[in-house]
Amino acid sequence: MKSFTYERATSPAEAATAAARVTGAKFIAGGTNLLDLMKLQIETPSHLIDVNNLALDKIEAMPDGGLRIGALVRNTDLAADERVRRDYGLLARALLAGASGQLRNKATTAGNLLQRTRCPYFYDTDQPCNKRKPGSGCAAIGGVSRQLAIIGTSEACIATNPSDMAVAMMALDAIVETARPDGTARSIPIADFYRLPGDTPHLETVLEPGELITAVTLPKPLGGTHIYRKVRDRASYAFALVSVGAVVQRDGTGRLALGGVAPKPWRITAAETEMPRGAKAVAARLFADAKPTRDNAFKLTLAERTLSAVLAEARG
Amino acid sequence: MSPAMTPARLKVSFTVNGEKRVLELDTRTTLLDALREHLHLTGTKKGCDHGQCGACTVIVDGRRINSCLTLAVMHEGERITTIEGLGTPDRLHPLQAAFIKHDGYQCGYCTPGQICSAVAVLDEIEAGIPSHVSADLAARPQLTAAELRERMSGNICRCGAYSNIVEAITEVAGRQP
Repeated sequence: MKSFTYERATSPAEAATAAARVTGAKFIAGGTNLLDLMKLQIETPSHLIDVNNLALDKIEAMPDGGLRIGALVRNTDLAADERVRRDYGLLARALLAGASGQLRNKATTAGNLLQRTRCPYFYDTDQPCNKRKPGSGCAAIGGVSRQLAIIGTSEACIATNPSDMAVAMMALDAIVETARPDGTARSIPIADFYRLPGDTPHLETVLEPGELITAVTLPKPLGGTHIYRKVRDRASYAFALVSVGAVVQRDGTGRLALGGVAPKPWRITAAETEMPRGAKAVAARLFADAKPTRDNAFKLTLAERTLSAVLAEARG
Repeated sequence: MSPAMTPARLKVSFTVNGEKRVLELDTRTTLLDALREHLHLTGTKKGCDHGQCGACTVIVDGRRINSCLTLAVMHEGERITTIEGLGTPDRLHPLQAAFIKHDGYQCGYCTPGQICSAVAVLDEIEAGIPSHVSADLAARPQLTAAELRERMSGNICRCGAYSNIVEAITEVAGRQP
């Protein structure tokens, strides 16, 4: 690990200002992803700003019936919250499908949104990777790509977003609240939060340098049946090959987002209009522009079958 | 060395197994390395050092975490419990005794992490925290083998003592009111 200086921030504004002031600074909250990457020298911050004391660890009811989730709410606490379990079961299920009990106890809501890909070539510093080292090339294209993305990819990158939680947030139309170094705040709909790789795969979100996530808000509950179905190589503690998060209403309409298939949680609202017609029609819309590799073309079949299972489960 | 090359050091104080400890550490020191290398509490084990195996599991302010994926300086004022704080050879924690009785290990390397994790798992079930295999999110989680297997999945045992570990935890859970 490279040496770094460390400070404990006492307010979101102070944290954002410090991050913009010090070159090479990064925020640290749970640290479960960042420290892993620092040990491998994939991340080499010169300064860490510990944001754990910012009192952003509450889940509050909103006047419109929604919920405001503080950036520092731990994954365990979010999944266990009575309101989340009752009204946003998709989110609780997605959180519980991710990582291990130890990691969920540390990992935060904002940190989960920002976790980096587990593409093996991103992790292997002996290999080229445009995300880790812009312009160096992509070893995953033409390499071992069974786990990697089938849609939303580019000539520069085929990495997947690894988050389960973000899939639920996407289907639920969450809004990301931030504090910026200039003292202003903004609200970013999650549909606009993630970037596709294009020719800049190292830029993964629309966050600006020093911008700090302070909360994630959920609109009022949608009702319906909430399902998160995750298909992986072992029964627990593994990243998704394919996952489907869904909210399905009694008339068969609803929302859908997928994990494990794209560089961001994959949601196409036009595909949702096909939900009453079944999985084949939905998958046709979701994956019209898919560009799988030889190794991961199976994900197209797997995604359609997982969608089929989810829609069948929702019918009861 | 230029100033930029000088490793940054910071003072941190926390409680380990009931005892207040003050350390001055390189900021890079993980909680795991602080426990093992600076406080010589070598019960907590370093397996993968990347949060994948669970051998380093300790309990901080009542919650189990991977001590390899957290910096020591991030734990100012916190209460840390390691395997040495749960029991001693003369006064074993009930889970330590149950692991021996049920042969819940072979080489023993993962065992301190397994036991710290198991202690917290029983508290998590008691607190009503659901898991991936809980059928009903609204109901209280049950103390089934399926629940224990899922909740213990962050602790890898390469000797494969899993079924005996579940038996050990089940026995202790059954004794709790």
